[in-house]
Amino acid sequence: MTRTIISSATKEVVMGFDQPFVMIGERINPTGRPKFSAELKAGDYWRVKEDALAQIAAGAQMLDINAGVPLADEPRILAECIELVQSLTDVPLCIDSSIIAALEAGLKVYKGKALVNSTTAEEEVLEQVLPLIAKYGAAVVAIANDETGISEDPDERFEVAKRIVQHAADYGIKPEDVVVDPLVMPIGAVTSAGKDVFKLIRRLRDELKVNTICGASNVSFGLPNRQAINNAFLPMLAAAGMTSAILNVTHEGQVAAVKAADVLNGVDPHCENWIRAYRAPVAEGEGRRGRPGGRRRG
Amino acid sequence: MSDDEDEIILRDLNDEDLVAQLQDDLYDGLRDEVYEGVEILLERKWDANDILANALVEGMRIVGIDFRDGILFVPEVLQCANAMKGGMGLLRPILAASGTAASTGKFVIGTVKGDIHDIGKNLVGMMLEGAGFEVIDLGINNPVENYLEAIDKHEPDIIGMSALLTTTMPYMGLVIEELDKRGILKDLPVMVGGAPLNQEFADAINAHTYGRDAAMSAELAKVILGKNR
Repeated sequence: MTRTIISSATKEVVMGFDQPFVMIGERINPTGRPKFSAELKAGDYWRVKEDALAQIAAGAQMLDINAGVPLADEPRILAECIELVQSLTDVPLCIDSSIIAALEAGLKVYKGKALVNSTTAEEEVLEQVLPLIAKYGAAVVAIANDETGISEDPDERFEVAKRIVQHAADYGIKPEDVVVDPLVMPIGAVTSAGKDVFKLIRRLRDELKVNTICGASNVSFGLPNRQAINNAFLPMLAAAGMTSAILNVTHEGQVAAVKAADVLNGVDPHCENWIRAYRAPVAEGEGRRGRPGGRRRG
Repeated sequence: MSDDEDEIILRDLNDEDLVAQLQDDLYDGLRDEVYEGVEILLERKWDANDILANALVEGMRIVGIDFRDGILFVPEVLQCANAMKGGMGLLRPILAASGTAASTGKFVIGTVKGDIHDIGKNLVGMMLEGAGFEVIDLGINNPVENYLEAIDKHEPDIIGMSALLTTTMPYMGLVIEELDKRGILKDLPVMVGGAPLNQEFADAINAHTYGRDAAMSAELAKVILGKNR
């Protein structure tokens, strides 16, 4: 059974086919947020702090940290954000950049085993990212595209993913430390985008036996009521075998949809997590009111 | 369309109603109907340029407005563009042969090197075609040489670059620098766009125009060439 372990100094998150779906908070990312961008550039990190705490409160088991501010010193900003977030919380982090120097700066200050987001199958990228993963003992997100772009054929994308896993092995990186991103295309532009990705995820689980991750919100680009699409999509992904996603946990219904999928996919034994999250609070009663102070139910 | 009595027979319509119907069918993304409507107008000896301007471009202008205002959505606009292409398939050879093509202008567009995202760029291309531009699409992952080559070959009125990654957007600046070095930039407006961009970045890399979204980009392109209404 494939298990990908990501950790901070004191906490581990496990991705696996028999594990609850791992929700990674996407909010610490300045793309499309001009105010946030300007603040990061000026060294003002209050929003990083606020976003980190809000996402953990909403149910994120991990946080993605992206400091992609145009025309700024991204390696320094990314490292400072990571240090700040690790001083506030113990959830493991996903270090997100397409600049190699920024990934390395992040890995240098990170405490624990990080998930690095990401490498593609492009030679130039692979040859720079994989040595870093090996050096720092991290795990890596592998995006299933190469120099030729993103294939619309899920079987071709499977082969691309396979190539990355094999290449990682050459650097001594174990298959369980490669988490494949099958690439979710906007369903509004490609009608078969959902079907294709489900097929690919099943193959990645059954044949390549790797954990998987995606940016789930992309699927609803250009559509009205995006949240409803996203909330339906996540359980479908989980049912096909996807084991984690980078998503907006503060969106209404998103965390509940994922937790419900855990229950229905049989990875939340005795519905424990579900009940703990949604038990109606009772002020007074004759019983023990569910807790507090028990040893098991928490 | 399910009720026979409501069936519209395009041939029975007078010119004015037919053009209005064509705009409606374009809005509804009905490729076959648009094709037939254009065919009928050609049979009625309409000038290809007039069909383009009155039926297709005007129809897409309305589509653009509703897209901008959040009334129409991406899949619908893609269907409209597909219907437009159906009509253009008939008009293009005639316009090319007559040499009287009254295109709004020539627009070279492409995603920059290192970036393989193209949905946003394609939408902009469609809205530009809808606005009557002749669009030359360079696709994804374009090094500076591709833009230079396309400028030589097509002599566009505007050049457009797209990037979806913060790591690839600086490449736009590189292309602009190269155009400047070669003395092309002063006569060739450069429009840039993509999710991580903003006006500040566009200004910083010395771009002529920042296209915030597809509909806006088409509008701005017309403004640049003084062809806005």
